Amino acid sequence: MTRNRYSIFSLLRNALTYHENWQQAWRSPEPKAYYDAIIVGGGGHGLATAYYLAKEHGMTNVAILEKGWLGGGNTGRNTTIVRSNYLWDEAAWLYEKSLKLWEGLTQDINYNVMFSQRGVFNLAHTLQDVRDTWRRVNANRLNGIDAEYVTPDQIKAMVPHINTSPDARYPILGASLQRRAGTARHDGVAWGLARAADARGVDIIQNCEVTGIRRENGRVTGVETTRGVIAAPKVGVVVAGHATMLADMAGFRLPVESYPLQALVSEPVKPILDSVIMSNQVHVYVSQSDKGELVIGAGIDAYLGYGQRGSFSTIEHEVAALKEMFPIFSRMRMLRQWGGIVDVCPDACPIVGKTPVGGLYFNCGWGTGGFKATPGSGWAFAHTMAHDAPHELNAPFGLDRFVTGHLIDEHGAAGVAH
Amino acid sequence: MLQIECPWCGPRDEQEFSYNGEAHIRRPAQPDQVSDEVWGDYLFFRTNTKGLQSEQWCHSHGCRRWFNVARDTVTYRIHAVYRMGDPVPDTMKRGMS
Repeated sequence: MTRNRYSIFSLLRNALTYHENWQQAWRSPEPKAYYDAIIVGGGGHGLATAYYLAKEHGMTNVAILEKGWLGGGNTGRNTTIVRSNYLWDEAAWLYEKSLKLWEGLTQDINYNVMFSQRGVFNLAHTLQDVRDTWRRVNANRLNGIDAEYVTPDQIKAMVPHINTSPDARYPILGASLQRRAGTARHDGVAWGLARAADARGVDIIQNCEVTGIRRENGRVTGVETTRGVIAAPKVGVVVAGHATMLADMAGFRLPVESYPLQALVSEPVKPILDSVIMSNQVHVYVSQSDKGELVIGAGIDAYLGYGQRGSFSTIEHEVAALKEMFPIFSRMRMLRQWGGIVDVCPDACPIVGKTPVGGLYFNCGWGTGGFKATPGSGWAFAHTMAHDAPHELNAPFGLDRFVTGHLIDEHGAAGVAH
Repeated sequence: MLQIECPWCGPRDEQEFSYNGEAHIRRPAQPDQVSDEVWGDYLFFRTNTKGLQSEQWCHSHGCRRWFNVARDTVTYRIHAVYRMGDPVPDTMKRGMS
């Protein structure tokens, strides 16, 4: 269907009618009996997959099945950080592809995802941190990814409220800085991709949970859902947190475990922090949203869990670390806290590729760092589904690496808690 | 916050413990004899239960001993605690406050 373009003129035109005549951003169609491809999971990665299937590969008879509503899962439950400063080549290339797509995404999908390249600092607090940071900065530069090493004085000049005192419990000794990195409006990403995919003919079906995966002779033939059986020769599963359940339906095992990852936001305050600060050592990361809230995150909970809430000891830990780093925040009140379930692989890298079942593809295991990969993940996964073979960017991220032993060990090496 | 009953020290806060994943995973008896698939499954693949699962915990900031916990991974309720080497509790549903 044709979509009216969003622009300053459409904004003015709609202002004249009190914004009551905006076109619906996407349809809510009834599911058809057959699609050329089905995407299970309407999060950012699933929406991006459908969008790029339609845009890059001409596949428009595609459905996205979402058990809840758009933006209700991890896409709307993260700290919105986007960066590509990964240590290992395979990871760096995939995330850099994603970052390049982010840079043009607002224009591409005609929806302001508020991608703000405000710079991301990854702090170093120990001598080993400093060495690892230098190594990662150099590795990034060899891969053509922007990275700088900055000293405490340089950090202080750019982030005036940060505590760079040598007397801190974990003094800041330096940091890496990726200036092209930043944040994006997370639910805007879901809505924008949904609108763009829908405009190209993709059916977005919400409140439709997949309850079974139909197979014949080792090939997928369709899915059973709470809204009936839908046939398709290709099914892509993109369900953060519940990939194991879907793999169980298809009869194979995955090397992922599910953990709650939580974040919290403070009351809104005037602009005080215009970059993203991350620390692996004291384990907290913080940025300020456009509304003025501090967005604070840390690591996953210590134990496996599917409850979409976080443990209190994790909050205590991250807030203590934040207060040490930014004493000025010590009396800020926290407004909201939430948890999402993330699938973590043993090597902290995703699984994007084919499965033992023909025509069935899995995109999962992004762990704590999936949001930044949204467009790149969808782009590579769409290629994989369209060609029944991975793109060279995601070929190293196959399920087979847990048999061959060719892991991509980003754990810790990423210099951050993602 | 969880309160976990260490079989030796009694109930303590979760922060005193460390979690170490799914329990009762058996190491292949002769690792050099098994296929890459079997070895990979042992090393990396997990059941990732949504519901009641047996898992390993260590009272790392206490007596430093290991034990098993039967815990629901959705409600986080602990149904039973049992020592290493003990059989899996029949019901895995023995209530604990």
